[in-house]
Amino acid sequence: MGFLDSVLGRRKAVGPNLDALFALPNAAITLQVSLDLVPSGLGSVAFRAPEGRAFADVESQVRDLLDADAGPPVQLAVDGFGFTWLVVSTTPADVPAIVTDLHAVNTSLVEAGFGPQLLCSQVSFRGPDDRTVSLVYLYKRGTFYPFAPTGEDSRDNVLELQVRDLLAGELPLEPELSRWFAIWGAPGL
Amino acid sequence: MAKTRYGIDRGLSVRMVGTLFGIGLLYVVLASVLIALGFNAVFILGISAALLFAQWWFSDTLAMSAMRAVVVTPADAPQLHALVDRICAMADMEKPRIGIADNDVPNAFATGRTPSRSVVVVTTGLLKRLDRDELEGVLAHELSHVAHRDVTVMAVASFTAILAGFMARSVMWSSMGRGRDQNAAILVVVVMVVSVLVYVISFVLMRALSRYRELGADRGAALLTGRPSALARALQKISGDMATIPTRDLRQMEPVSSLAFAPALVRGRGFSLEAVFATHPPLERRLEQLARISTELGER
Repeated sequence: MGFLDSVLGRRKAVGPNLDALFALPNAAITLQVSLDLVPSGLGSVAFRAPEGRAFADVESQVRDLLDADAGPPVQLAVDGFGFTWLVVSTTPADVPAIVTDLHAVNTSLVEAGFGPQLLCSQVSFRGPDDRTVSLVYLYKRGTFYPFAPTGEDSRDNVLELQVRDLLAGELPLEPELSRWFAIWGAPGL
Repeated sequence: MAKTRYGIDRGLSVRMVGTLFGIGLLYVVLASVLIALGFNAVFILGISAALLFAQWWFSDTLAMSAMRAVVVTPADAPQLHALVDRICAMADMEKPRIGIADNDVPNAFATGRTPSRSVVVVTTGLLKRLDRDELEGVLAHELSHVAHRDVTVMAVASFTAILAGFMARSVMWSSMGRGRDQNAAILVVVVMVVSVLVYVISFVLMRALSRYRELGADRGAALLTGRPSALARALQKISGDMATIPTRDLRQMEPVSSLAFAPALVRGRGFSLEAVFATHPPLERRLEQLARISTELGER
């Protein structure tokens, strides 16, 4: 926010940064090699659907687009906070395919003028003894952070920091820990 | 090139600039009068600035204790924190602290000198009455106040009023000590009249500015959540409720009224003087703006 925007009590909507998402496939390999975390084959993108016909149209276009190609199937879910999640599932797990689909969603929304509605994307991984780690991508920051839920409202911070240190060279990671918000129960986790 | 649906309301910006210019002009006039009359201008300016600075510096502590609000951790209020987390992630802003005030009057306010020192406070009455989307709208409105640095803007804008008030008082004190010199008596009267005039004008301008800031925050919240109608519902629920609450509670709200979500005043209808002095725009005006944004968002 600039000085003038403060004085005038307005803010420009923050557009998303889409490019860093393509670094995910390499990070997935690192996670598998070093921490034995295997991609679960699920990935999802969350956005806040605004009211009105315009967005409903864009949303159905996006779903048609994703279902039309030979790519992975896509499902829609609304979470407890009113955010819409499009879940991409691949078997066997195919991280590049997930990223391609997520990117298609992003670009469709941005082209329709709804870029500021994007919240985050996540691609999840499974480790030994059934633990889950997800790499969450914050669109407005252009950064990733790990999220490791261990129950309904608890997370494994040690594992999260371990993942952060491991991926430090490969992904732009969110430096402010206060922005690593929890996404318990998010569709596609 | 992707189109944008998140334009800027030029009319609102223009009105805000106009008001700010008026306040600035008034300040210049007052300062010149002060100097022309041979006051120890530096001293008076210094004291006024110090008063204002203290008010601004301690804004969070003052408002929090006036409202008996306590800061809550994510463990205390996970849902509330999760909502704010998401709004902040959408807006790419730092997450402020969150407080809850145990008060049945449904309201919310934001305070704090900088975005990182800010607190967003909601009352238990608000949490009880609003559903998730409405609460999100109210939180986004308060977070817009934080992002727009409204505490600082309003503090700076109120400098002229504080200065005028202080000038009147210091003249009264100094005249008490002096003899019955006629010149001195005229001087006192002139200063008093100027101070009162300046105070009244700056008060009206401040209130106008406050109303524009509210509209700005409504607009910010509506665009951020993409749900102007949820915010409109919240406004209707709160403003409808407010009128029926006993006045004792309403007076409790007074100290922080200017950055609260809905004004804690019981008002009559159609009385123009009240519109001039109100800190918040009338409900119809706010709903009208939200309806317009809703239409803009829905355009194909």
